Amino acid sequence: MQQLEALARDAVALANGNMGAGLVLSAPEAEVARQMQICNACRYCEGFCAVFPAMTRRLEFGKADIHFLANLCHNCGACLHACQYAPPHEFAVNVPQAMAQVRGQTYVDYAWPPALGRLYQRNGLTLSLALAAGLALFLLLALALNGTLWGGDLRGNFYRLFPHNLLVGMFAPVFLWAVLALGLGVRRFWRDVTPATSGLPVTSPAAAEATGDVLRLKYLDGGHGDGCHNEDDAYTLSRRRAHHLTFYGFMLCFAATSLATVYHYAFGWSAPYDLPSLPKLLGAVGGVSLLLGTAGLFRLNLRRHPQHGDAAQKPMDLGFIALLFFTSLSGLALWLARGTPALAALLAVHLGVVMALFATLPYGKFAHGIFRTASLLRHAVEKRQPNPVGLGAD
Amino acid sequence: MTVDVLVIGGGNAALCAALMAREAGASVLLLEAAPREWRGGNSAHTRNLRCMHDAPQDVLTGAYPEEEFWQDLLKVTGGQTDEALARLTIRASSHCRDWMRRHGVHFQPSLSGTLHLSRTNAFFMGGGKALVNAYYRSAEKLGVQVRYSAPVDRLELRDGRFVAAFVGSERITAKACVLAAGGFESNREWLREAWGQNARGEWPSDNFAIRGTRFNQGVLLRQLLKAGADTIGDPTQAHMVAIDARAPLYDGGICTRIDCVSLGVVVNREGRRFYDEGEDFWPKRYAIWGRLVAQQPGQVAYSVIDAKAAGRFMPPVFPGTRADTLPELAQKLGLDVPAFMQTMNGYNAACRVGTFDHTLLDDCHTEQLSPAKTHWARPVDKGPFHGYALKPGVTFTYLGLKTGETAAVSFGGVPSANLFVAGEMMAGNVLGQGYTAGVGMSIGTAFGRIAGVQSAQAAMKSGVHHAAA
Repeated sequence: MQQLEALARDAVALANGNMGAGLVLSAPEAEVARQMQICNACRYCEGFCAVFPAMTRRLEFGKADIHFLANLCHNCGACLHACQYAPPHEFAVNVPQAMAQVRGQTYVDYAWPPALGRLYQRNGLTLSLALAAGLALFLLLALALNGTLWGGDLRGNFYRLFPHNLLVGMFAPVFLWAVLALGLGVRRFWRDVTPATSGLPVTSPAAAEATGDVLRLKYLDGGHGDGCHNEDDAYTLSRRRAHHLTFYGFMLCFAATSLATVYHYAFGWSAPYDLPSLPKLLGAVGGVSLLLGTAGLFRLNLRRHPQHGDAAQKPMDLGFIALLFFTSLSGLALWLARGTPALAALLAVHLGVVMALFATLPYGKFAHGIFRTASLLRHAVEKRQPNPVGLGAD
Repeated sequence: MTVDVLVIGGGNAALCAALMAREAGASVLLLEAAPREWRGGNSAHTRNLRCMHDAPQDVLTGAYPEEEFWQDLLKVTGGQTDEALARLTIRASSHCRDWMRRHGVHFQPSLSGTLHLSRTNAFFMGGGKALVNAYYRSAEKLGVQVRYSAPVDRLELRDGRFVAAFVGSERITAKACVLAAGGFESNREWLREAWGQNARGEWPSDNFAIRGTRFNQGVLLRQLLKAGADTIGDPTQAHMVAIDARAPLYDGGICTRIDCVSLGVVVNREGRRFYDEGEDFWPKRYAIWGRLVAQQPGQVAYSVIDAKAAGRFMPPVFPGTRADTLPELAQKLGLDVPAFMQTMNGYNAACRVGTFDHTLLDDCHTEQLSPAKTHWARPVDKGPFHGYALKPGVTFTYLGLKTGETAAVSFGGVPSANLFVAGEMMAGNVLGQGYTAGVGMSIGTAFGRIAGVQSAQAAMKSGVHHAAA
C-alpha cells in the first residue's frame, strides 16, 4: 500500500512536471489524477458517461483537465458500483467522490468576487444567515410600511403592502448581482479549461448537443437509459426525474415572473393574476413541480449511498434543496391564502425566502448547473476533434 | 432445511446456474466464499463475451460464424479442446444475450483501445462487476437465497452423488449441486507444487501475481480429485500474462497489463532478448508472455520503448522508469549496462524499417538477429526512453473436472446424477491451453446455464419438490 502511494505520488509528480511550473495540484486534484491514471489503463466504464471518453483523449492529467473532468462528472455512481478497483481494493478508486471534492473546490476557486468563494465552505451558515436576513427585512418592511403583519385590508393585492417599484428596486440588484457573479466565475473557468479541451470555439452542432445533454440530463441515464444510482447498485430513474421536476419547475416559476413583468410594463396589467391567466398557470404548475422535485431530491439525498460524492458538501446540497422547496411552498401558500388575513405574513415570508435564494445563488449548489453546462459544452467541442492519443491495434 | 439446488461459487457461471435453476422452478441457495464486497470471483474482472453471429447484431459488427470461432479456439488451444463441447459453447454464445439482458446485463459497442474486438466480442457496459451486480440483483428478486462469506470446506458424496456441503461445521443438504467455485490460482502452495523448482533453484510461482480473486483456493477441486472424479488439464497450465511487476498480489485485473511490448524490445534480467516481440497482434500474443517471463531468471523481464512509442499503447497504470539515454535506463532498471547495450545495439543495427503500421502485420523486421523481431521493428534510439519491469500474472488455471454435454461431474466415466460443474472448474474441457479474449465468459455462461437446468431437473426427479423460499 505504501509502495502504491509512492507510485501514485510519482505519477502525479510526472504529470505536474509535464504541465508547466506553478500549477501544483491540490490534494483532491492529485487524487483525481491518480485515479484517472488507473481508469485510463482499465476503461471498462467508457460507456457510462462523457468523463471516460474525455479521459481517453489524455495521457496525463493537469490542473485544467482535472477541473474540466470533475465538472463533467454528474456523480451518477455508475462507475463506482461497476469498479473492480473500488474500495476495499487497495487502489481505492472512487471517481464520483474524488470528482465531487474537486468540483467543490472549483466552485470556491472560481467564485467571483474571489473573497466570497469562502461562502461555499460555510454554506449552511451562509444560507441560514441569508434566509434570516431576508425574512427579517421583509417582516420589518411590512410592519414599517403597513403597520401590521396580520389582517390589514390588502384585498388580495400585495402591491398594497409592498409597492411594485419597491420590489423591483430590491430584487433587480440582487438578481443582477447573482447573474454577474455566476457569469464572471464561469467565464474564468471557461478560459482555463478551453486550452485543455482543444482550444477551439463552440460550433452550433456542439452547442446543440450540449444543450440537449443539459435539458435531457443525458448523463443521469446511466448510458443505457435505465438511470443512475442512489442508495445501492440498482439503477433508478428517480434522480433524473426529481432533477427534471426541480429544474423545469424553477424555469416555469422564472417564466411566470418574467411574463408578469412584461404584462406589468408592456400592457399595464398588474398582479395579482388568477387562473386561467398565463403567469398564474406557469407559476402554479412550476410551483407544484418544484415542490415535488425538491421533496424527491431531499429524500434521495438522505438515502444516498455513503460512498457517493463528497459528504462534506451534503449540508450545501440539502440547504439549497430546502430553500427551493420553501420558495415554492411559500409561493403556493401565498396563492391559496390570498383571501385570508395571513396574506401579509405569508407574503413577507415568501419574499424573504426568494431574496435569500437569489442572494446565495452564486455561492451555493446552484453553481453545479452552470459549471457542468460549461464542461458539457467544452466536451461537445472537444469530442468533434480527432483523438490526439493514437493507440495502435492494441 | 433442504433446497433443491445448491450452487457453490459466486461468479458468472454460478449466477447463470442459479438463475436458470430458479427459472426452472427449483429453490436455490448460492454460497459465495467471498464477503459481499469481493463477490463475483474473476468474473468481476472480465469485460466481454466472445459471441458467434452470422450477421451484424446489436453491439457486434460483421459476422463471426461458428467455423471461424472454432478455428480460433483450435489455434489457441493447439488442439487441446473437446470439439463437441467447444461447438456447444460457440452455439450457446450466439443466443444467450437476450437472456442476459433480461437479467439486467447491459452491452455497449466496444470503444477505445479495443476496436479490433467489436466483431467477435460483446462488451458489458461497465465490465464484469456490473454484470455480476445485475445477476445478483436479479437472483435476489427471483428468490434465490444468497450467502456471502460462506466458503465450502468439503462435500459429502455417496456413490458419485452429492449429499451435502459443509461450511465450517454447518452441514447443508440439497437435492442437486452445481460446482462453480473457480480454479486454484490463489492457492500459493498448490501453485508452488505445480510449478516446482527450476534448474536455478528458484520456485517460479513465488514471483507470480494473481490477476483476479484471492478466493479461488481450489479446495473442492482438490477434494474431488482425491475422491476420484475424472479430471482434465494440466496443473501447470494457466492463463498467464506479463503484467507490471509492481501489481498487487491479488486483484490487479486488467489495468496492470503492459501494452507496449510490440513497440520496443523485451530483455531479461541479464539484459538479453528472449522472444520475438513482433510475432503477432497483442490480443493473440497476450497470453504467451506470462509464461515466457516465468521461464526467465528471477521471473522478471523489462519492456523497453523509446519516444516513438509514446501515445501508441494503452496507458500503463504505473509510470515507467524514464531516462534520456539507454545506458542511463539500464542503470536505473538495475541491468548490466554493457550487456544491455550490446543487445540494444545489435537489435538497432538489425532493424530493417519499411512502412511502420501498428494496425497490421507490417514489413518492419530484423535481419540476422536471434530471436528475430518480425514486425514493427524500429530502432529504439529516440529519447526519452521508458522501461517497465514485468512479471507473470496468473488469470486462471486450467486443471478441472471432466464433463460432457450435461455438465455432470463424472467418476470413472460415469456421470453423476446430481452433481454438476461450470465455469473455471471445467473450462479446461474446452480450453486446454492458451486463451482468446472473452472465451472464458462464453464457457461460463454456456455451462452455467446448462448446469442450472440440469440440476433443477435432477432435483425435481429426486422426489418431493421444495417450494422456493
